[in-house]
Amino acid sequence: MNKNLVLHALHEVKDPEIDAISIVDLGMVEAIRGDDSKLVVELLPTFMGCPALDIIRKNVEEKLDRLKVFNHIEVRFINDPPWTSDRVSDLGREQLKSFGIAPPPKKINETGGWEVGCPYCDSLYTTMENLFGPTACRSILYCKSCKNPFEAMKPLSTMM
Amino acid sequence: MKKKFYHGEGRRILKKNDQSQMDSMERKVLIELLYQLADDDFILAYRGSEWLGLAPHIEEDVAFSSINQDMMGHAAMFYQLLEDLGEGHVDILAHGRSSKDRKNAVLLELVNGPGHYLEKPKFDWAFTVVRHYFYTQFKKIRMESLKNSSYQPLADVAVKVNMEIYYHLLHWKTWFMQLIDANDEARNRMETAVQQVFDEFADVLSYGPNGREIAEAGFIDKEEIITQMWKHQLLTVFESVNLSIPIKIKTKSGKGREGFHTDDLAVALSILSEVYHIDPAANW
Ligand SMILES: [Zn+2]
Repeated sequence: MNKNLVLHALHEVKDPEIDAISIVDLGMVEAIRGDDSKLVVELLPTFMGCPALDIIRKNVEEKLDRLKVFNHIEVRFINDPPWTSDRVSDLGREQLKSFGIAPPPKKINETGGWEVGCPYCDSLYTTMENLFGPTACRSILYCKSCKNPFEAMKPLSTMM
Repeated sequence: MKKKFYHGEGRRILKKNDQSQMDSMERKVLIELLYQLADDDFILAYRGSEWLGLAPHIEEDVAFSSINQDMMGHAAMFYQLLEDLGEGHVDILAHGRSSKDRKNAVLLELVNGPGHYLEKPKFDWAFTVVRHYFYTQFKKIRMESLKNSSYQPLADVAVKVNMEIYYHLLHWKTWFMQLIDANDEARNRMETAVQQVFDEFADVLSYGPNGREIAEAGFIDKEEIITQMWKHQLLTVFESVNLSIPIKIKTKSGKGREGFHTDDLAVALSILSEVYHIDPAANW
């Protein structure tokens, strides 16, 4: 089985909510297994109430089907290991920023707060407006330097 | 196949990856526990969703909706585990079961306040904050324990749920602390709500008639341990805001784990199933 071919196709599947980032750079792809007769792709769901999961599964199946290499394709969501926000790749972090979303902070302090840089001007002079944004995985913040509201991806870690 | 060991009661309980590794009693009580977990989140997420457009301000509306969506997601995961054990399709498990078959705690099914959500509701924000905060604190402790469950698929789900409710707990705790400290009127209303929630909370903490077997199979820590930890967490917070209400918990309105519910649940389920029967294929 040509794993790189599969990976290449998966790079074309974007997050339906943020189409600047692929599911590979989001860190959702855990395993690619099997052979030409049967391909198994295991994905990790990000946030569980996320309605985009079904769309992602369908898009993955479509992209892989279009390769016309595999007789049977199975796309599965698994919970072990859990998806955590440190799985977002460095490229993915840049792509989020280009979309106007601050990448997930790498550490959280004692009180549950985190320092987030503004995706527009990189200033750390920002405040949390609403921990819960328009989707499960994002918060709403405000940059006091360039006076722009922006969104940030919430950190998710097993240490929580 | 994974072979992890669980240390409980000084015994080593072999991790189970599927039901073939269980005897019939273990399987039965695992299913019972899963119904409690799923039904708890399902009905409280519904009560939360009734606040849509009625929360104290627009930011809270956004936050509360997000929390409700997460909780529905958690319920769906637990119903999925039940489906995997042969209990039927997730959608039927969520929407097709009657009041007497539900295993959620009675506290979580009670209405948000007098009035229908479409006609001049007088919802009680203090009651909602206290109910959600106390429940989420309990859920956090419950998930921490389930992370070591002898049933591996449940342990995996608990790891995920636990990360997400970190934010829920932060949210409700903030509301609780703010309202308790706001002014005399707010504090009085909060103290009344705390009393109301305590009067029903024994049912939340209960594992039902087979509680001992559930813990003995290593699915979760003993009821008394979870209860102690929950009380300890609350006491610490109470002390920090000089709240001296004794934690005396009761079951006033019913025993949900045994299927004894209030009419509030039957009414909620009929509204929910009406919506479901109009379009069973709709996403929920
Ligand atoms: Zn800025």
